Amino acid sequence: MTKDFEPTIVAFLCKWCSSAGSDLAGVSRMKYPPNVIPITVMCSGSVSPLYIFNAFQKGADGVLVSGCHPGDCHYIKGNFYARRRIALVKELLDFIGLESERFKMSWVSAAEGTKYTEIIKDFVKELKPLGPQKKLRRDQ
Amino acid sequence: MKKRIGVFVCHCGINIAGTVDVDKAAKKLAEHQDVEHSVDYVYMCSDPGQNMIKEAIKEKKLDSIVVSCCSPTLHESTFRKAAKEAGINEFQCEIANIREQCSWVHKDKEKATEKAEKITKSAVERVAKNESLEPIGFPVTSRALVIGGGIAGIQAALDIADSGYEVILVEREPSIGGHMIQLSETFPTLDCSQCILTPKMVEVSKHPNIKLMTYSEVQEISGYVGNFNVKILKKPTYVDPDACTLCDDCTEACPVVVPNEFDLGLTGRKAIYIPFPQAIPATFTLDIKNCPGLLPIACGKCADVCEPDAIDYDMEPEVVEEKVGAIVVATGFEQYDKEKMKEYGYGKYPDVLNGLQFERLLSASGPTQGKVLRPSDHKEPKEVVFIQCVGSRDPELHCSYCSKICCMYTAKHAMLYKHHVPDGQAYIFYIDIRSGGKNYEEFVQRTTEEDGVVYLRGKVSKIFEENNKITVWGVDTLTGKEIEINADMVVLAMALTPSKNSQELAKKLKLSTDKDGFLAEAHPKLRPVESITSGMFLAGAAQAPKDIPEVVAQASGAAAKAISILSQEQLFHSPMVAEVNETLCTGCGMCIDVCPYEALSLEQGKAEVNRVLCEGCGTCSATCLRAAVKVKNITPGQIFEMIDASVGG
Ligand code: FES
Repeated sequence: MTKDFEPTIVAFLCKWCSSAGSDLAGVSRMKYPPNVIPITVMCSGSVSPLYIFNAFQKGADGVLVSGCHPGDCHYIKGNFYARRRIALVKELLDFIGLESERFKMSWVSAAEGTKYTEIIKDFVKELKPLGPQKKLRRDQ
Repeated sequence: MKKRIGVFVCHCGINIAGTVDVDKAAKKLAEHQDVEHSVDYVYMCSDPGQNMIKEAIKEKKLDSIVVSCCSPTLHESTFRKAAKEAGINEFQCEIANIREQCSWVHKDKEKATEKAEKITKSAVERVAKNESLEPIGFPVTSRALVIGGGIAGIQAALDIADSGYEVILVEREPSIGGHMIQLSETFPTLDCSQCILTPKMVEVSKHPNIKLMTYSEVQEISGYVGNFNVKILKKPTYVDPDACTLCDDCTEACPVVVPNEFDLGLTGRKAIYIPFPQAIPATFTLDIKNCPGLLPIACGKCADVCEPDAIDYDMEPEVVEEKVGAIVVATGFEQYDKEKMKEYGYGKYPDVLNGLQFERLLSASGPTQGKVLRPSDHKEPKEVVFIQCVGSRDPELHCSYCSKICCMYTAKHAMLYKHHVPDGQAYIFYIDIRSGGKNYEEFVQRTTEEDGVVYLRGKVSKIFEENNKITVWGVDTLTGKEIEINADMVVLAMALTPSKNSQELAKKLKLSTDKDGFLAEAHPKLRPVESITSGMFLAGAAQAPKDIPEVVAQASGAAAKAISILSQEQLFHSPMVAEVNETLCTGCGMCIDVCPYEALSLEQGKAEVNRVLCEGCGTCSATCLRAAVKVKNITPGQIFEMIDASVGG
């Protein structure tokens, strides 16, 4: 089953770095799997844990939050808050028994199209053996 | 209330339509309950495309639209304007990025189409809950800050000041002039560098609109476009410039000799010094790092001999606060770290010089008054080897980029060397000759035809000292022959790197840098002098290596951009700011603690937003436990709908 399984990923990208970085991947015509749907937010610091859980509840197999490199946040310190929150989310996922590998945080600058591409490729690869996420999924 | 949404899917020629079935996507979106109208078109951004949108808005009575096209960084403003022209609020237009984030990165048409549909649907869900908003106006401080007093900063400061705005020009060193003041003559005209720069330096010092702050550093910046607050550290020079008569008695009395930075260590200077005779401001600086101590017991000789009593050991560092509306960053370059170039014997053999040192040797104001002499024994070198691309174009070991100016200045070095030593021989090792620029190619030709400079295509493999000569081993890749030259002097065209501390400054200013540490422009083609932060502009080699005319052009460009801000009475700020729901707010104050802009405060037990200070980052909304604060038009409610659309629920 896992062989044909294509995970669905929701990616919260901050507008200033990661979304711009993913734009650069496009401009450079890099290729990565289409499993990821980007949602551009103002800053990684605006990603509430509720967004992450909501995505899992709606049936996402993986969630990515990507922001500017620590210290480079367009809003000075949003990504520091994100980083702290994300550590808690990971623990909480472990606690409730959902593989915490399903959730990822990355730092991608506006110049790092290649890095974004690699992150998506790797994430898809890591999610495949885990199979569909059912634990938090609300039956629709 | 149910909205009447229009969806417009762009083909972008085949850029999108090549990978996404645009027709299918438009039809799919038409099924959405809030979508009244959904079409595709070859170029939405074209005039007919925009007209089509405007007509549809009127005819179908649309109250909001989604354009599915390229990144919002490109055409969001185009389509928002079109929406406004058709009579709907500009914030009722959202962009679904199906090009950079979809069609360009995928190959499988079916999957890409599915993804494009989801991205578009997500934008539809968002716009369905968008509010109509009006930009927030705020006043502008019409003064500018220019950081860096090299030719870039000087030009930018003069241009802004000439337009009638006040400028604060901050320079880290004791004098303005940057690297250009160190140069001998400039290619391709052989203008004397000091002769063309010093008039500009004098103009800066005399300009009524320029406040010059040398020996100063930007310490902290806060605020936003139009209203930046800057803290500038004025380091103590221990000399009162108004009292100093430039008599020079202090330097004679000073017992300390250290390498002179202006001559790149080819000469020495005292701990109290003037960097060079034409320095602006014309005054001495006591370099505290090398001074034996400010207490009269430690030394005190300079103060003893200073007749006008200009030396003040009690001078303290001072922090000056200034308000400005726009900032030009022109922090320049430096040569590649010599520690990394040991293989060429730089720093080991006194007669292996870098390009700037050779400039000093050629300069009439240099350590040898313009005579080319070997630092080791002061003899005239009869054979000189110039090596290009030292550290440049070497992705494995050094810098991957081309430093751009070295081909030209090496040709100039060889030519000027021949003018000084007509019976000498100059060799240039090169990889390629890059002489793009007005009259540049002709200049290079002149070096070979008139001055008999020998160009050798190839890399140098080894340099070592032997019998008072510097032996250079290399290969001429055109003939395939190994070459050995017993030279008297070797000059290395070192790669250019961003100036030290520029990384630190970039952090303070929130400017991004590229992989090599140069300041990143907002768009490589179309916004080359703007940074990603609005109100901050880039000029000169801090952005990338470039030659003087390019630096001057870019500096004038940056100045014009700054003026376009300073000349506004009001600027407008995105109305996508935080908003507090007073019923839900309990006044816990958590949002106030996390706000990076101090835009939130507690008023009568409830959080309140200052709309001008708020940048809309949303950190508050992710922090609030009661969902009492949200950013307009990107609320948690909207995000949940967007997630729903993305996951396909
Ligand atoms: S804006 Fe990118 S993380 Fe804050």
